[in-house]
Amino acid sequence: MTIARVDRRPHRSPAVSGAAGGADRCDVPPRRRRGRDRLTALGFLAPLVAYLAAFYLYPLYRNLDLSLRDYTVRSFVAGDAPFSGWDNFSQVLNDPTFGPALRNTMVFTFVSIALQYAAGLALAVFFNRHFRLSTTLRALFLIPWLLPLIVSASTWSWMLNSESGVVNYALHLVGVPPVDWLTSPHWALASVVIANVWIGIPFNLVILYSGLQNIPGELYEAASLDGASGRQQFRRITFPLLRPVSAITLLLGLVYTLKVFDLIWIMTKGGPGDSSSTLATWSYQLAFGTLLPHFGPGAAVGNILILIALVFGLLYIRVQRRQEA
Amino acid sequence: MRNTRRTLLAACVAVGTLASVTACGGGGSGSSDSTGKSATYTFWDPYPQFDASSNWGKRVAQCGTSAGVKIKRTGYDTTDLGNKALLAAQQGNAPDVMLVDNPVVSTLVEAGILNKTNDLGLDTSAIQKNIIGAGTIDGASYGVPIGANTLALYYNKKILTAAHVDPASIKDWASLTAALKKVKSAGKKGITFSAIGTEEGSFQFLPWFWGAGGDLTHLDSPKSAAALSLWKQWVDEGLAPKDVLNNTQTTSWQEFATGDYAFGENGTWQLANAEKAGFPYGVVSIPGRNGGSAPVPTGGEFVTVPVQQDTARYDVSKKIVTCLTSSESLLASDTALTYVAPTAAVQAQQVEANPKLKPWVEAVAAARGRTSGGLGTKYPTISQPMWTAVQAALSGGKSPEAALDAAQTAAGKSKG
Repeated sequence: MTIARVDRRPHRSPAVSGAAGGADRCDVPPRRRRGRDRLTALGFLAPLVAYLAAFYLYPLYRNLDLSLRDYTVRSFVAGDAPFSGWDNFSQVLNDPTFGPALRNTMVFTFVSIALQYAAGLALAVFFNRHFRLSTTLRALFLIPWLLPLIVSASTWSWMLNSESGVVNYALHLVGVPPVDWLTSPHWALASVVIANVWIGIPFNLVILYSGLQNIPGELYEAASLDGASGRQQFRRITFPLLRPVSAITLLLGLVYTLKVFDLIWIMTKGGPGDSSSTLATWSYQLAFGTLLPHFGPGAAVGNILILIALVFGLLYIRVQRRQEA
Repeated sequence: MRNTRRTLLAACVAVGTLASVTACGGGGSGSSDSTGKSATYTFWDPYPQFDASSNWGKRVAQCGTSAGVKIKRTGYDTTDLGNKALLAAQQGNAPDVMLVDNPVVSTLVEAGILNKTNDLGLDTSAIQKNIIGAGTIDGASYGVPIGANTLALYYNKKILTAAHVDPASIKDWASLTAALKKVKSAGKKGITFSAIGTEEGSFQFLPWFWGAGGDLTHLDSPKSAAALSLWKQWVDEGLAPKDVLNNTQTTSWQEFATGDYAFGENGTWQLANAEKAGFPYGVVSIPGRNGGSAPVPTGGEFVTVPVQQDTARYDVSKKIVTCLTSSESLLASDTALTYVAPTAAVQAQQVEANPKLKPWVEAVAAARGRTSGGLGTKYPTISQPMWTAVQAALSGGKSPEAALDAAQTAAGKSKG
C-alpha cells in the first residue's frame, strides 16, 4: 500500500509539493523527508523485486499454470490448453510410479542428510583442533564441492560399474563377490545415496566448521577445569551451541537434496525400472524423458516437490521460533 | 509481523531454490528474423559432434551459399532437439530448417509445427517407402530422410575363430545362443547391447521383439515375452553383462571395442570406429527367432521445414532442403554422416564405393519405422513402458511376463 502512495509523486519540487500537499496533509517537512527516504529505499528494493518477479515468481506461476491445464503437444505450441483443474494431480497421484518415487525421495533425502551431517560434524570437530596440515587437508575435502556434478556423477557411475568398476575390483581383491551397484533394483538407490553423501559432506563440513569457530574457547577451558571429558564437552557444549547452525545446515541440505536430479539421472536414469527414481527424476522423465512430452503431469510432480520443501521450510521456522522463545 | 516476514522469506528461499529445477517455460534464442530481408537462415541438427570445419558442417554452409543465404547452424543433443523445437515453436521462433530423429517427426506433426513436403513442392518419389514411412502421417509426408541407419550384430573375428564359431552358422536365436555359450566356455564374453531406460533401449530391443513376431500394440503377447526372455536368459547366464542395463549404444560400443566381447549389437554409425577398433570384425544381420533376418528399426534423421509466420522464407528453405537431399547431393551428405542413403540409386553408388556397406544396405531395405503403420504419436506411449519392462525383467525385479503385462496396462492407459 505504502509503495503505491510513494510512487504517485516521484520528483516534486518543494514549492509544488507545498501547494498540492495541503490536500494530502503532506506538507510537514519531516514527513517529506520520510517520503524521500522511502523512495530511496524503494530504489534499492526495486532491482531485487524485479529479479524475484522475473526469475522466481513468473516461472513458478508458469509451472502452476502448466500443471492445471491439459497440455498436449499441439496445445502447448498453440497455447490454448483447456483448464483441467486437478486432473494432472490426480493422474500423478494415482500413477503406480508415485508411491515408489515418493518413498525413494524420502529415503534418498533423509539417509543422505543424516550421513552427510554426521560425517560433516565429525570432520568439523576433527579439523577444529588445528593440527599441522589441517588447513591443507580441509581444503582437500572441499574437492567434491568444486567438481562439476556431471564429472563426479560420471566418475561414480564408472567406479560402480558392475563389469569393470574399480569398486567391484576392490571387493574382488578382498574376496567379496561383485555387487550390481547400478543394475540391481536392491542396490541402485543405495549407490546414488553413497555418491550424494560424498558430494554433500563438504557443504556440511564448511558450515559446521564455521559454526564451531563461533563457540568461545573459554567455555571449553572452564569445562576442562571442571573435569569434563571430551565426550561430555561435545555433548554439553559443542552440540547445544551448534544447534542454530545445525538447523540451517539441515534445512538447506534438505532442500538441496530433495531436488537432486542430475546425479541420479546420470548414474541410473532412475532405473532399473523405477527403483531409484525420485520425484525430481520422475518429473523430468514425464516432461522431457520420452519422445512425447507430458508437460502437465511433469509440472504437477514438480509442484508437489515444491510443496514438500515448503512444508519443511515452515517447520524450520516453527522450530526456530520455539528456540528463541 | 516480524515473524510473518521471516516466514515469507524462508518460504521464498525454499521455493526459489527448487523453482530452478521445475520451471518448464524456457526461452529459445530469438534467432530468426522475421523482417523477410534477413539473409541468415537458422538450421538445427542433432549432430553436435560435427563442427563447422567437418564435412557435414561444410556441406550445410555450401547449401546456404548456393541458395544465396548464410546459414546459422546449431547442433543439439538428439534427445534434446524435439523439446527444443516444441519450445521454439511455442515462442514463435522455430528454425527455418531442422533435422530431427525420425520418431520425433510424428510428435512435431501432432504439434502442428511442420510443413507437408507436398505443400513445399519437395519431391520424395525416389525415397524408399519403409524409410519415409516414419515421417508419413495420414498419407502425407512431413520431411525428407537425409539417410538411414539401423542395427546389426558386429562380431570379433578373432574371438569367434578361437571359440570355433562360424559366423555363417548364426541363423536363428538358438544358434546365436549356442555360439554365445561356446564363446563363454572359451573364456571370453558373449554379447553386449544397450538396454538403458531411454528410447535407445527400446530401439535396441525392437529387432528381437519384431524378430519374435511381436506387435507393439500387444506388449503382453507370448511372442513379446519370448524376446524379453531371450535377453533375460543371456544376462542371467552371464552371456551378456549385467551393465547392459546402464549401457547407452556408445558405452555398449566401447565394451565391444575392448576386444573382450564376441558380439555387439550396434548401428551403421559405428562403422568408422570399427575400422579403428584394432581387431578384425564382421557384420551379420540380427537373426529372427526361427531363422531369417529380423526386421530392424530404422534410425536416421528427417530434414523438415517448420512452420514460419513469414511464409516468404519457405522458398529459400526449400532450396536448402533440396540441396541436402537431391539425388546428386545425397551421396555427399550420407558419406559425411556415414549413413545409408534413402534411395536405391544412391545406395548402389555407396556400395560401389565401399563394399562393406552391403549388409547395411540390405538391413535398411528390410527395416521398419518405429512410428510407421499408423502408430504415430502412440509409439512414445508404448516405447516408454516397453523399456521399463525390459529394465524390470533384466534387473530381476519382475518376470518377463509380469513386466510386459504391466507395460501393456501402462501403454493402454496413457492417452497419446
